[in-house]
Amino acid sequence: MESLVMRSGGWLLAAVLAFFALAFSADSGFAIHMGIIMLAALITLWVTLRGADYSGIAKGTLRNGADQSRYDDDPVRWGVIATVFWGLAGFLVGLYIALQLAFPVLNLGLEWTTFGRLRPLHTSAVIFAFGGNALIATSFYIVQRTCRARLAFPSLARFVFWGYQLFIVLAATGYLLGITEGKEYAEPEWHVDLWLTVVWVSYLAVFVGTIVKRSEPHIYVANWFFLSFIITVAMLHLVNNLSLPVSFLGAKSYAAFAGVQDALTQWWYGHNAVGFFLTAGFLAMMYYFVPKQAERPIYSYRLSIIHFWSLIFLYIWAGPHHLQYTALPDWAQTLGMVFSVMLWMPSWGGMINGLMTLNGAWDKIRTDPIIRMMVMALAFYGMSTFEGPMMSIKSVNSLSHYTDWTIGHVHSGALGWNGMITFAALYYLTPRLWNRQRLYSLRMVNWHFWLSTVGIVLYAASMWVAGIMQGLMWREYGADGYLVYSFAEVVAAMFPMYLIRAAGGVLYLSGALVMAYNIWMTIAGHLRTEQPMTETPYNEAADRPLVPVAAE
Amino acid sequence: MSTLAHKHKTLERNVSLLGLFAFLAVIVGGLVEIVPLFWVKTTVEKVEGVRPYTPLELAGRNIYIREGCYVCHSQMVRPFRDEVERYGHYSLAAESMYDHPFQWGSKRTGPDLARVGGKYSDEWHVQHLADPRSVVPESIMPPYAFLKDRPLNAGDMTGHLTALSRVGVPYSKEAIAAANADLLAQADPEADSADLLKRYPKAQARDYDGDPKTLTEMDALVAYLQMLGTLVDFRAAAGQEQPR
Repeated sequence: MESLVMRSGGWLLAAVLAFFALAFSADSGFAIHMGIIMLAALITLWVTLRGADYSGIAKGTLRNGADQSRYDDDPVRWGVIATVFWGLAGFLVGLYIALQLAFPVLNLGLEWTTFGRLRPLHTSAVIFAFGGNALIATSFYIVQRTCRARLAFPSLARFVFWGYQLFIVLAATGYLLGITEGKEYAEPEWHVDLWLTVVWVSYLAVFVGTIVKRSEPHIYVANWFFLSFIITVAMLHLVNNLSLPVSFLGAKSYAAFAGVQDALTQWWYGHNAVGFFLTAGFLAMMYYFVPKQAERPIYSYRLSIIHFWSLIFLYIWAGPHHLQYTALPDWAQTLGMVFSVMLWMPSWGGMINGLMTLNGAWDKIRTDPIIRMMVMALAFYGMSTFEGPMMSIKSVNSLSHYTDWTIGHVHSGALGWNGMITFAALYYLTPRLWNRQRLYSLRMVNWHFWLSTVGIVLYAASMWVAGIMQGLMWREYGADGYLVYSFAEVVAAMFPMYLIRAAGGVLYLSGALVMAYNIWMTIAGHLRTEQPMTETPYNEAADRPLVPVAAE
Repeated sequence: MSTLAHKHKTLERNVSLLGLFAFLAVIVGGLVEIVPLFWVKTTVEKVEGVRPYTPLELAGRNIYIREGCYVCHSQMVRPFRDEVERYGHYSLAAESMYDHPFQWGSKRTGPDLARVGGKYSDEWHVQHLADPRSVVPESIMPPYAFLKDRPLNAGDMTGHLTALSRVGVPYSKEAIAAANADLLAQADPEADSADLLKRYPKAQARDYDGDPKTLTEMDALVAYLQMLGTLVDFRAAAGQEQPR
């Protein structure tokens, strides 16, 4: 009873505080954000009161709670749905802004729909909403299975999920309203950053808590990657977002650092958002789902040790390669380049460890579309982790920097590696989480695979051409010793490439729509009548935590 | 090898140790690369002419950030012949030493803006921002016509300057106290701008958007664009070799 009063009182207090912050806010954007927070607190209050077991409280016999012999999968199920939803949203915005670059009339002349405001919406939607939800959901799934234990702090785990969705909504509405810190991939303002910090610390607590109560003596390699991802992202987030609000009732803040120092802090953050959010976390998925789907153990245990420590140690140093030939001191640029090139090795070590896990199951690439997706993800991982070190080399960077080549590089990593491995994980998870015999359709997974693959190829190839062309045209000198092209001429030359890129985006988005339909139908409990393909058997009886059994 | 794997088992069985070692592994790079930038003196060499932004320029800069201009425009000219000929002298670290946050950018969907100040007239900027394709037919920039119609509501500039001075921008006490008056004075051709110019050398005081009656967001943004790259006098750095 007391805990119910405490909790609902707490949510009511949060709603009241948000209301006062709204009433006295310094700007309209902050007021809208406080309104959203108030609404979220009131909804939580309502859910808390409605869901309480009043008769149990009255009788003094509290409900026994969830079934301890099953894993705590509710937050994972919600996470699967959220991942699909935010993925579609992020891809759609991405396609839209790609079209804006070809047809600027699509900016619509409204302040909320300009490229400048929608681009952060796209990047955050795919990285933090799609990727972040995939990471939280799969980490909660994997840590329970590999520890043979239920989630620690179940209510906190639910808070992590819903708190993270609130972060996404605040960040997204902020971008449209022009609330931004002006640092790429770290755009949310100070109040949203503080909220994310609370959610992230709770995430760490749930994750580590579950490892602590594990029934297995060893911590599985996937969990090393998840742990380093959670810790490092917390460090990066806290340092890069250090800023001083102009008013504690307004959205605007000024970054703690300026100029050179701010630039390197930002790219130390930015590059390791790639390194830890999009690499370490997704490698954790790879280390669990690839062996499970292939029904083979991880290729090399020693390689995974070397892979893990060298990857996390080297990644952090690579940030300065985003600042080659800028006003950043030369020693830092060179250091960034050297470490980026070294980073190639652990990256490929990871790729090899994943691919070679298929030893003895290579035929599955032909017959199992989910395995095929995983293999394609690893192939793109290998491709972009070769391209990245190459682009960090100063002479290459002098051409590639500021061009669309960078955009192409990011997308072969994001669409190819992060997207494909996430789709594969979602296909693996859905039938198991909803207790279905199999996916609605494996053949549709095949369709999704080809739509995505062709989409990425169009995207990457057009951006290579666009980027290298830009770089060459900008530096082209005529026989008369003058620059040949004006900037505007180079912009005009990009048009066909921007169209091809958008076509790639259409294919990728259609693939994701096929997936959304497939997952929807699976959850609804339908099975498509089709020629069967290879399926990975699921032993439901073994998918349970080890619980202490009372002695006979 | 087997001993390494053997020793590693200690970490695999202890989540606190594993977390601690992982944390140690990831802090080294940042400590070695970032921390020295704060105390190695040559990182930001002193350059004559660099000063904090005037309140109007700052308000314009905040609009620049709000609209995400940094997404497509860099403010960092690299030391290459083509860039220097296209945009002007390469950027110096000191030129962004009061930029909280920095706006060097990472992509040139549009041209670099580090030295755009003075390159075009105010009229050009106003027209270009309102309807980019009316002056540059190939442009793919979004239109920002709404800036012209919206009165500048920058908030209390005293608060903004105070926050900036707390993170290290050397605004004097008088500059902070006069922030709101300075904001108005810079865009008002009738106002006395002598104090403003004393506080902020090379500040350009005039009406920017062709409508002297109202102070709009367009005034602030154009004021910011017109000062970019104008503070340092690079004539002294011009070549000294005499033709024979």
